[in-house]
Amino acid sequence: MEATIASIVAAAAPLVFAAVGETITEKAGVVNLSLDGSIALSAMASFAVAFLTGSVVLGFAVGAILSALVAMLVAFSGIRLRLNQVAVGFVLTLLLAALAQFLGNPFVRQPGPSVRPMSVPLLSEIPFVGRILFAQNISVYASLVLIVVVAWVFRRTRVGLELAAVGERPEAAHARGISVSRYRFGAAAVGGALVGIAGAAFSLDVKLGWSDTQVAGFGWIALAIVIFGGWRPVWVALGCYLFGALQVLALKLQPVFPGVAQILPSLPFPLMIFTLVVVNSDRLQRLGERFPFLGRLLMSDAPAALGTNFEV
Amino acid sequence: MKRALRAVPAVWSVLAALVVSVGLLALAGAPPFEALVLVLDGAVGDGGRMADTLMSWVPLTLASAGLVVTFVAGLWNIGVEGQVIAGAIGATWAARTIPGDGLVVIPAALAVGVVAGAVWALAAGVLKTRGGVNEIFGGLGLGFVAQSVATYLIIGPWKRAGIASTSGTEPFREEVWLPTVGGTRLSPVAVLLAVAVIFLVWALLRGTRFGLRLKAVGANPASARLLGVPTEATVLRAFALGGGLAGLAGAVLATGIQHKLVPAIAGGRGFLAILVVLLAAYRIVWVAPIALFFAILSVGSAQLQLRLDLDSSIGGVLQGILVLFVILIGGWQALYRRGEP
Repeated sequence: MEATIASIVAAAAPLVFAAVGETITEKAGVVNLSLDGSIALSAMASFAVAFLTGSVVLGFAVGAILSALVAMLVAFSGIRLRLNQVAVGFVLTLLLAALAQFLGNPFVRQPGPSVRPMSVPLLSEIPFVGRILFAQNISVYASLVLIVVVAWVFRRTRVGLELAAVGERPEAAHARGISVSRYRFGAAAVGGALVGIAGAAFSLDVKLGWSDTQVAGFGWIALAIVIFGGWRPVWVALGCYLFGALQVLALKLQPVFPGVAQILPSLPFPLMIFTLVVVNSDRLQRLGERFPFLGRLLMSDAPAALGTNFEV
Repeated sequence: MKRALRAVPAVWSVLAALVVSVGLLALAGAPPFEALVLVLDGAVGDGGRMADTLMSWVPLTLASAGLVVTFVAGLWNIGVEGQVIAGAIGATWAARTIPGDGLVVIPAALAVGVVAGAVWALAAGVLKTRGGVNEIFGGLGLGFVAQSVATYLIIGPWKRAGIASTSGTEPFREEVWLPTVGGTRLSPVAVLLAVAVIFLVWALLRGTRFGLRLKAVGANPASARLLGVPTEATVLRAFALGGGLAGLAGAVLATGIQHKLVPAIAGGRGFLAILVVLLAAYRIVWVAPIALFFAILSVGSAQLQLRLDLDSSIGGVLQGILVLFVILIGGWQALYRRGEP
């Protein structure tokens, strides 16, 4: 049991990076739809760099920088060029996936360096929890720390509140002297870097090596999970683990019900649609007002200014 | 002057795409210009290749024409990929279950494909108008659902006798294949369908009340409603028509190209159609030539892989760079015209 949970936590780490990263970006009102291609490019580039230099750290760094630049380009085209962020992000998705496939051709299925397992002494010996949380590798630890840090920043810090203000009411934020564009560029850069780390974690940790088919689709899953989690870091992370669990379940069901096994991993998409219907339903909103607990569970709407371009 | 200005992004973008692709090809250790010539040769070098290119053009054009309808109404129908798959599933169902010869079954399969695509698009439409779900995410989600339904059918209920594999269903009986000419894969019916659809959408947008309503809703849904345009009905009709044409694309893929249902039946054609329409700036007259250019790139770069052992994704890179630059340069120009450097 704990071995299965431990493997889910490990396998979901890249998705946590990507989904929490996109949550940060979207919280500021920027939608970076390029995730799927961006993850592919970073996964390829990180592996290529680590393969050529032997340095996993350098691989992660290159992946993070590439995807941060991509996210900045999406933000730039919205903020400065006043273009449709969705259009630019979508084109980038297709372009970067093709680019990764083309440039990554020489590296396909090559064995290369990877993140080494690193148990935390003492803590890993705690029964049950130890094996799940503390007998992993540094990329998994980082994903766990990230969830806690981002949740804390969103709820408890000035930066987090101003970020939310910029995503919800840019006019009001601007009037209070907050620089909307600076926050949006910053959120794009940080979120994009995390997306790049997700790509690197795929090719250097979870899937080991590069081939264009093995990361395809995870960017879209991450985008769906951000919505499913209602733009709340902890819920988003739980969504990632749910997806990881579905994947494990699918693997186990494969020999018995091959058809059902194929469908399970796409469950996040209907769940995403369901979430969107729920948060937009007046009746459920009223129900949520009457029962605060239920309200907190169900109600988490998109940042009001998501995907719009703010003009001073 | 205005026309010249509008042409500038196109010229620069083509140049940029060329420069980048030459650079990439050189990086991959291939002779760049020879490779580009090979792409052209691979797509139009002889009759058989031209036939392949045209058959790749047909579904791309059909899906793009459908997208023009939804884009004009201001709808981001990203679910188009799923609607293509739904159409292919519908056509496959018809081809497998309806008895009779091609004269009966082929039209029926195409019709069921249209209906299936329209229904799938309407689901995204109803989610938008009634559920408040943005069509981008609703459509995207439904697209992945369609994909897994196709995979489920292929390895489940429609699996080949004895083996459950993801390589596809049993091929349809040959009389249900779209008839071809000249020993090539060219199906005149499919090409005629695409041409007819282009004309239909052109006429619809140019000279009908429905076309006007689409444009009104696309330009400003709030004021369209105030002016008495039935906004919800118009949006749903746009989805139905756009999805129906995407479904027709899927039906052509199933009956005219694959002759069976495979998991990758849409193969990103719906997504590629979005690039076509973005490049065409939602104008139907530009869809046919741009889709042809894209088809040449796609078919030609597959040949590149065979002959120079280069990855065929260079076609996708070229298409993506082209569209990205057109959008970015267009935005830059608009900025410049507003007088902000």
